[in-house]
Amino acid sequence: MADTMATTPAAPATAAGPGGGTGGVSRGTKRKYALRRIRKRLTHLLLVLLAVTFLSFVVVDLLPGDAAVVVAGDNATPEQVQQVREDLQLDRPVLIRYVDWLGGVLTGDLGSSFRTGQPVAEALAQRIPVTFEITIVAQVLALLIAVPLAVWSAYRPGRLVDRASMTLGFGAAAMPNFVFGMVLIVLFAGGVSSILPATGYTGFFENPLENLRSIILPCLTLMIAEAAVYRQLLRSDMTSTLQEDFILMARSKGLSPMTILFRHALRPSSFSLITLSGVNIGRLLGGTVIVETLFAIPGLGQLIVQAVFNRDYMILQGALLFVAVAYVVINMLIDLLYLALDPRVRRDA
Amino acid sequence: MPETTTTTTTTVTAEPAVAGAANGTDTAKKVRRAGRAGIGWYIAWTWLGAVVLAAIFAPLLPLWDPAIPDYTNVFGGITPQHWLGGDTLGRDTLSRVIYGARASLLVGICAVGLGALVGGTLGMLAGYFGGRTERFLSWVTDVVLAFPGLVFIIAIVAILGSSLANLIVGLAILSVPTFIRLSRAATLVVAQREFVQAARAYGSSPVRIIFREIAPNVVLPVAAYGFIMIGVFIVVEGSLSFLGLGIPPPTPSWGGMIAAGRTELLNYPHISLFPAAVMFLTVLSINYIGERVRKQFEVKESNL
Repeated sequence: MADTMATTPAAPATAAGPGGGTGGVSRGTKRKYALRRIRKRLTHLLLVLLAVTFLSFVVVDLLPGDAAVVVAGDNATPEQVQQVREDLQLDRPVLIRYVDWLGGVLTGDLGSSFRTGQPVAEALAQRIPVTFEITIVAQVLALLIAVPLAVWSAYRPGRLVDRASMTLGFGAAAMPNFVFGMVLIVLFAGGVSSILPATGYTGFFENPLENLRSIILPCLTLMIAEAAVYRQLLRSDMTSTLQEDFILMARSKGLSPMTILFRHALRPSSFSLITLSGVNIGRLLGGTVIVETLFAIPGLGQLIVQAVFNRDYMILQGALLFVAVAYVVINMLIDLLYLALDPRVRRDA
Repeated sequence: MPETTTTTTTTVTAEPAVAGAANGTDTAKKVRRAGRAGIGWYIAWTWLGAVVLAAIFAPLLPLWDPAIPDYTNVFGGITPQHWLGGDTLGRDTLSRVIYGARASLLVGICAVGLGALVGGTLGMLAGYFGGRTERFLSWVTDVVLAFPGLVFIIAIVAILGSSLANLIVGLAILSVPTFIRLSRAATLVVAQREFVQAARAYGSSPVRIIFREIAPNVVLPVAAYGFIMIGVFIVVEGSLSFLGLGIPPPTPSWGGMIAAGRTELLNYPHISLFPAAVMFLTVLSINYIGERVRKQFEVKESNL
């Protein structure tokens, strides 16, 4: 779903805060400011983490359907169900279980699956690299395609590259990714040609070449809509940057268009893009379910969906914790990246 | 709800275009270009209008029953009786596409309406009162955003059962944070304006100021964004149906139809192709119209 939320360039909360900017502050004050900002952000994000994990714990508990019944199986007697409930400690109050779980997390113990007894950490360790690989490769591909197109479109607005990429982008953004994935399968994995595997995943360390072949179609599927959105976003930011005085200055100095575009204009134009790309990475880590299902890839998304269906709450809780931590860490990094990218933020904020 | 959204958005597009024509500055040119109605604009509206009308009047149209299998029409191609052929059970594809539009549009419009109402109101409160209210809401927004959206919907549907109402409420909850941010940003701009300060000096209560002075100015950007979200949610509903978690069969939905044709993709691609094409064109139209309209009301957070 949240595939779709991509259309919203969500600026982090702090970036939107009212800026009481003063010009020449001393270096020490600046550093103190940056530190305070990081600390504030960190506290805020820790609270978010606590809330997310607590809410998922409580919500899962409140939802109808007894995990003990599901785990014990259809033919279990009430006594057996009761036994399972006690074994899994589901008879204890939710708050106590949460605190227990949290204590476990802090000492590195995520518990183990209700179903298979597999430690949650182990299950996550198997799945996360898969989803991570697909997500990152797709993001890099999307940026590689979107950035040059956007820069060129902003440099020559209304010309061929701009119009063609805009039209294609509109099409790509309106295409649900499972449909695009199906088209790719028909084209490359069975229909028109069979040069790539339609389903399955091979680990990188097992066979790097097979690994590459198995992730091409999923990555293309994930990448296409993102690239369209990124191009659109960067083009519009770039267009306004190109109208600023320092670009005029650079131009009158006689710098080449390439230098101006990529060395001067790209950096201050890339804020929304970085934000969105970061948000998307965080989002995709938990949200590649559809692509994983379509291409039968054993990633985190599949793990989460199976956990929901199996009422395997420990797995679910662990996976959600990972997704939330990823979101929080990425948000932090984006915030710091702002500081590094544009000196004006350091001063204004 | 669909009527109100569309009428407000269309009436407003005309205004900036006129205003832009008055002077020749660079921004005005841009606005004029965005507002100028090209051929694509009319095609998009025509397609959207046709889909909406067909969905509303589906029971009155001379269509086959969308739920009754016809074994003479299994995998059927295009015939005078079945314009778009038949699906894996021989049900008429045209009829199912039209009835599927009902489900898709209903989910999209209701979820967005609900989300915009709740998120828009909360955003205005956050923007107007600031301080603690704002901090609390920004925290709530972050919590919801940190929660993977698709997982949330899947959990709701898997545990509460898949029904239209569950889908709508789930999607609405997911859209609330974005609406909060948008409406908060718009409120911050409006709250500085003279008429709001006048109302405050006048002794109006905050409730009155928010709903009489600020709300009318926040509704437009929120509605313009909401319009695009309808397209987004149509895709989400499709994705869920594709996973088998959407609107339960035999009620037709576009995503469900596309998924049903998946097994026969290589032999009878038309089973998936037609619903996919209709969905694509509908979302494309919504995006095209929405993008043009939204440009006029864009509130850049960085400008605050």
